[in-house]
Amino acid sequence: MPITRDEVAHLARLSRLALTDAELDHLAPQLDQIISAVAQVQEVAADGIPPTTHATGVTNVFRDDVPARCLTPEQALDGAPAVEMQRFKVPRILVEE
Amino acid sequence: MDELITMTAAELSAAVAAGDVSAAEVTGAHLERIAAVDERVRAFLHVAAEDALAQAREVDRKRAAGEPLGLLAGVPVAVKDLFTTVGAPATCGSKILEGWYPPYESTITGRLRDAGAVLIGKTNMDEFAMGSSTENSGYGPSHNPWDLARVPGGSSGGSAAAVAAYEAPLALGTDTGGSIRQPASVCGIVGTKPTYGGSSRYGVVAFASSLDTPGPFGRNVLDTALLHEAMSGHDPLDSTSIDAPVPPVVAAARHGDVSGMRIGIVTDLSGAGYQPGVMSRFTEAVELLESLGAKVTELSCPHFRYALPAYYLIAPSECSSNLARFDGMRFGLRAGSGSAEEVMAQTRAAGFGTEVKRRIMLGTHALSSGYYDAYYGKAQQVRTLIIADFEAAFGQVDVLVSPVTPTTAFRLGERADDPMAMYLADLCTIPANLAGNAAISVPCGLADEDGMPVGLQVMAPPLADDRLYRVAAAVEAAFTARLGHPLLTESKGLDA
Repeated sequence: MPITRDEVAHLARLSRLALTDAELDHLAPQLDQIISAVAQVQEVAADGIPPTTHATGVTNVFRDDVPARCLTPEQALDGAPAVEMQRFKVPRILVEE
Repeated sequence: MDELITMTAAELSAAVAAGDVSAAEVTGAHLERIAAVDERVRAFLHVAAEDALAQAREVDRKRAAGEPLGLLAGVPVAVKDLFTTVGAPATCGSKILEGWYPPYESTITGRLRDAGAVLIGKTNMDEFAMGSSTENSGYGPSHNPWDLARVPGGSSGGSAAAVAAYEAPLALGTDTGGSIRQPASVCGIVGTKPTYGGSSRYGVVAFASSLDTPGPFGRNVLDTALLHEAMSGHDPLDSTSIDAPVPPVVAAARHGDVSGMRIGIVTDLSGAGYQPGVMSRFTEAVELLESLGAKVTELSCPHFRYALPAYYLIAPSECSSNLARFDGMRFGLRAGSGSAEEVMAQTRAAGFGTEVKRRIMLGTHALSSGYYDAYYGKAQQVRTLIIADFEAAFGQVDVLVSPVTPTTAFRLGERADDPMAMYLADLCTIPANLAGNAAISVPCGLADEDGMPVGLQVMAPPLADDRLYRVAAAVEAAFTARLGHPLLTESKGLDA
């Protein structure tokens, strides 16, 4: 199923990527080509075949709940773009309608 | 060239332990080599000269004090720039992490420090490990030491180029779809993708979590096995880590004996699109193994032809989820203005390169409602069928062999804006990632057309990594005997 430029623009919004018109022009036909190629998986007769999410078969790994050393607040905040009162400072989250 | 930079890791650690040379001298010689050639190779993004010398002097102090020395005492190791190490930046080849210093150490680099290794610098890579040439790095490409106009492969291309250019005897990479084996092949060195879960992902920045596998590069099979052993083993900090002993890879690398071994040629990994020079070296390597006493048969893994499309649904899906953390809020770049959501979208648009954007959108598409069953769900079923193909094959043979990649190193720029052509570089390596198997690339000669190195891929069942080293050691010994010298000494790209 071909993918249109409008659908690619929608994907960019869902992916939180503020693409320019030039980028959309460039990426839309490439994504269409890639998606047509990967759609080959649909040829495979796989009815009743269980999916594999993970190759090792390791499931639910537990450990005892014991205190251990972790990052200090200073270390955790060290790479942040903005910090205030020992917290990550972010732009406003709620937007007035 | 300074003798210290052409010595093997095994020789260097023995010489340091015996006191024939100091670790500081070994590190100093490699730093000089980097200063002399890296302007042309561009393997490194960050060289930690002072820090590396301090690590080396600590090894020398331990030796003087009579304290025990590790397996890699005084051996410089180059580290792909997606491992977190305290005191050095980790960019993952991305502008979105420019200048970020990780606050914690990866399990693997911590183990290497404990083993006495000297972490000499961080190497270039395709952004977030997405690519096969290093051309997707936000900091410009690395160059193949055999021919500087060609790519070193990728995504761990900086690590492979550093080892091939004698800037470090060993390097760390990660392999999600071939990102260790393909650069090892096109740079004429050895590289291993261990069994998934055999090497810890703690402190390795995630691309596709169910596929990402850290592994070693070396100029020869034994050195690669030494690094494999030093970095491997169960890690409680990685919940997908396997709680089992490390396979005896070093012992296997010392005994390259394939007599009586059952070796299967995967017939599906050949044909149209494979460079003739790659196929003739592959055929010769198989004949060589037969002459050494291996029992060679041909067999088919019919679902391998769907491995590439399945991979390009599964890996982008996992990437679109993993890379959601790069939102400009807690670390890395923050760009633009407005609400948090607007800042996120502007930060990600400014910080990510084109390939990363393509993959995030592809993954978002494959996971979206209405398409999930047809794409991601179907790809996961194909993954089950590929595992079944491997299991059937390993019922008949001990290891499988194929070319590593369909062509030798391509020219810089040749595939840079043709994503499907770039993806084909991983055609032969992806099945082992989807199944979690162990696989290695070992040099098996030069292609007639272009004089560039060709690698032989050997694949083994999970936790049978030692079989890879038995076969690779046999191939290496026979080729070195035939040539009269290691293949890599024929590399002339840096002589000019």
